[in-house]
Amino acid sequence: MNSSGVLKSSSSELDLDRPNIEDYLPSGAAIQQEPRGKLRLHDLLDISPTLSEAAGAIVDDSFTRCFKSNPPEPWNWNIYLFPLWCFGVLLRYLIVFPTRVLVLTIGWIIFLSSFIPVHFLLKGHDRLRRSIERSLVEMICSFFVASWTGVVRYHGPRPSRRPKQVFVANHTSMIDFIVLEQMTAFAVIMQKHPGWVGLLQSTILESVGCIWFNRSEAKDREIVARKLREHVQGADNNPLLIFPEGTCVNNHYTVMFKKGAFELGCTVCPVAIKYNKIFVDAFWNSRKQSFTKHLLQLMTSWAVVCDVWYLEPQSLKPGETPIEFAERVRDIISTRAGLKKVPWDGYLKYSRPSPKHRERKQQNFAESVLRRLEEK
Amino acid sequence: MGSASSMLTQYDIEEVQEHCNHLFSQQEIVCLYERFCQLDRNAKGFISSDEFLSIPEFVMNPLSQRLLKMVDGLNFKDFVAFLSAFSTKAGTHQKVELIFKVYDSDRNGKVSFKDILEVLKDLSGSYMSDDQREEVLGQVLKEAGYSKDCYLTLDDFIKVLGHSGVKMDVEVPVD
Repeated sequence: MNSSGVLKSSSSELDLDRPNIEDYLPSGAAIQQEPRGKLRLHDLLDISPTLSEAAGAIVDDSFTRCFKSNPPEPWNWNIYLFPLWCFGVLLRYLIVFPTRVLVLTIGWIIFLSSFIPVHFLLKGHDRLRRSIERSLVEMICSFFVASWTGVVRYHGPRPSRRPKQVFVANHTSMIDFIVLEQMTAFAVIMQKHPGWVGLLQSTILESVGCIWFNRSEAKDREIVARKLREHVQGADNNPLLIFPEGTCVNNHYTVMFKKGAFELGCTVCPVAIKYNKIFVDAFWNSRKQSFTKHLLQLMTSWAVVCDVWYLEPQSLKPGETPIEFAERVRDIISTRAGLKKVPWDGYLKYSRPSPKHRERKQQNFAESVLRRLEEK
Repeated sequence: MGSASSMLTQYDIEEVQEHCNHLFSQQEIVCLYERFCQLDRNAKGFISSDEFLSIPEFVMNPLSQRLLKMVDGLNFKDFVAFLSAFSTKAGTHQKVELIFKVYDSDRNGKVSFKDILEVLKDLSGSYMSDDQREEVLGQVLKEAGYSKDCYLTLDDFIKVLGHSGVKMDVEVPVD
């Protein structure tokens, strides 16, 4: 859905909220011994470490791995398995899928016929109206989950409505939101999407509370930070759900958490989500398919299986910076869901890394050369 | 892309292996093909500059632009041949030859003082002045017995870099 063809260098604002990537990256130069001794022609001409790093990045890099969706190995080429598989396909597309569409349609009819009257008729009784709207949103999300035959196991204490708390979760697809919303009506912060999703966002999600952001706008971050703060202060607002990765990752890795959720002065309740790929891979590769296609893929699979863990609420420890706090929570979520951490900013999907990292390498090289020049 | 290994036949793999002088094993070639397909987003048969530049780790490298010129638009066979210089099985001569090609950007078979200065500029950025770079290079060249107006050939490179061996290996992660 996003135009992946347009890359621009990230604004320097984004640099401030990342810890030093060099600390995580196993770069050859860092492991190599600091070269000593008098500078010779050999040392200047030998660019092999730098070239090895570049070639290493071409051959495999931890960032692209986060967005790789492995297609399942085919298993059905066999005299008895193949007919069974064909039968399964027919069953899924001709019986199960229409049934699901029917269930979803019924759900929408019930929802809209309750939501619209309640929204307009109870205009004066805000508390009651919001409470009913919340239940209705939870209900339509349950219908959605049913339409993919979602098998969701929730672990841990259910979220309670308390002021000054935010929920953070790892992000695999937009259905993460639906899976969590069917249990608790969260307010959410999302990228504004075009099309029917955008319509849903501006009408129904508005009722549970929604904050929009626009990735491509530089000034947007300050506006969003302010909106976040305003939301968590409000006593009547629904608990806020934030996906600090900022983008969908393939549920094997986590990319770095943005610190916005962690500097609001609230308790942060981590939620870990892990999908079981047994029937379908729930990762929404926004570069490869639109959300509609993704939903259709889910609706024509047997089931979507996942586990949701509500983890212990965390607060900022004394002396901890918001970035460290974010990393600590990421660690908790990654450990629980069995995900590997990578030191990349998810937004690098849409923009180039800042020149700061290349400059640091250049600085190291220059200093090393100049130092060795002095040695006799 | 679909299951990548089913798109490469045994003949294809052997052809690619031949082209890179057997410096990669067949399994490594399959993995490189998966990687190639992953980077080549619309199955054009080659990887464009933009697609290489979507690898953050690559962009961060000071020599990325030079390498990009050498690897941009290559088909899979040539892509593997290019990377074969980084195989653990490749000899010092081949590795030094690649280094020489990186320096010799105008492909005239000789590396001038200016060519080396250009690479030094990529490596040191704004942390060394042009004068400093000239001074350093002039000094080490003199000590090695070359003058500023000298052109270095591949043989010179082998003489300077070859005797202590060049460590330039990249491992292909085989799942």
